[in-house]
Amino acid sequence: MTFLMPSVAIDPIHQFQVSKWLNLNIGGVDLSFTNASGFMLMGVVFTIAFFGIAASKGLLVPSRLQSLAEIGYGFVADMVRGAAGEEGLKFFPFVFTLFFFIFFANMIGMVPYAFTTTSHVIVTAALALLVISIVIGYGFYKNGLKFFKLFAPSGAPFLIYFLLVPIEVISFFARPLTLALRLFANMLAGHIMLKLFAGFAVALIGAGVAYIPVAILAFSMGVALNALEFLVAGLQAYVFAILTCVYLNDALHPSH
Amino acid sequence: MLIALLAESAAHGDAAPAFPPFETWHMPGQLFWLAILFTTLYLAMSRWILPKLSDTLEKRSDRIASDLDQAARLNDQATEAQQALELRIAQARNKARETSEKAHQKMEAEMAAETARVDAEIGKKLEAADARIDTLRATAMKNVEQIAIDTTAAMTARFGLKSSAADLKSAVSAAMGKK
Repeated sequence: MTFLMPSVAIDPIHQFQVSKWLNLNIGGVDLSFTNASGFMLMGVVFTIAFFGIAASKGLLVPSRLQSLAEIGYGFVADMVRGAAGEEGLKFFPFVFTLFFFIFFANMIGMVPYAFTTTSHVIVTAALALLVISIVIGYGFYKNGLKFFKLFAPSGAPFLIYFLLVPIEVISFFARPLTLALRLFANMLAGHIMLKLFAGFAVALIGAGVAYIPVAILAFSMGVALNALEFLVAGLQAYVFAILTCVYLNDALHPSH
Repeated sequence: MLIALLAESAAHGDAAPAFPPFETWHMPGQLFWLAILFTTLYLAMSRWILPKLSDTLEKRSDRIASDLDQAARLNDQATEAQQALELRIAQARNKARETSEKAHQKMEAEMAAETARVDAEIGKKLEAADARIDTLRATAMKNVEQIAIDTTAAMTARFGLKSSAADLKSAVSAAMGKK
């Protein structure tokens, strides 16, 4: 059976392989421009180009493209305002950048043969750490030591605090972890599933005429998964951004 | 069959070098480029695109607000104009009514005067006519008496009787007075 399946075609992990496009070594550290960096660059260029063109004219009656950009603006602004209040709007550019960075990275990843930058844990972990550093940094900057109130919500009976504070501390430090892993795991697992079902369809056709109905089943499953993955791509960007807003709200109003 | 394929592919996965997301050699590079690209995107968004978008949105809402204001002002003007128009119509109507009433009164007064004048004239004419009728009647009565005397004289003469004029006259006037 093995000879029917070319290992590259069916290997679902191959798509996450990082390969160097340009060698770059600074001070003994390998900073090569890889396919991951290339697709990230594409995402950023696409995002800037899209919003740049859409926003450039500033028409009173917006064109379709400008409408899209304005809807994106309103969407993120409402999200920030809803989760972090009016004060949260000072982080609006950050959340906006974060949302569309992840959104377009995920969407570009949906193009066949494209590399999904968010399927690498180092990227999602870096973004999650950036978010949590901003939360901690701004939390202490704005509230000083009162930021620790975050771990001890007022109004609970005294004895409960022995239980409550550790739980709050653990949940706080679990945030960057879950934030990074949620996005990473979703993108990774989704793309593995897509590759597996598509590979199955091909392999089953190769296995003989009798397997063609099963191949069709596998292929339609792949199509359905593709639709689901588009949803996940958008949803995970949204989840990342909204959780960022929720965490920023803690930095803005630590006493709940 | 499917399970066999799955097992097969799993075996292949194991055979592949390492799980790429957990390889460490590309991580510094990934972080480096992520930092550069994310910063670039952030600067482009916060310095250029978002201000532009918010500018546009603000301008639009300002424009809409001013348009609504103007519409309200024009509406007020229209209402004022309508009220003024209604006032003038009411005034004109009052004036017309006054004029027509005046004309009516004048006409009635004229009519009354004319009627009185005509009535007086008619009364005068009637009086004159009555007077004339009275004289005529008196004359006629005198004539009738004379005729009656003459007739009576003729009739008595026919019977062969002779009577004095004074008798005849008294007899006739007695007969006429009886009537």
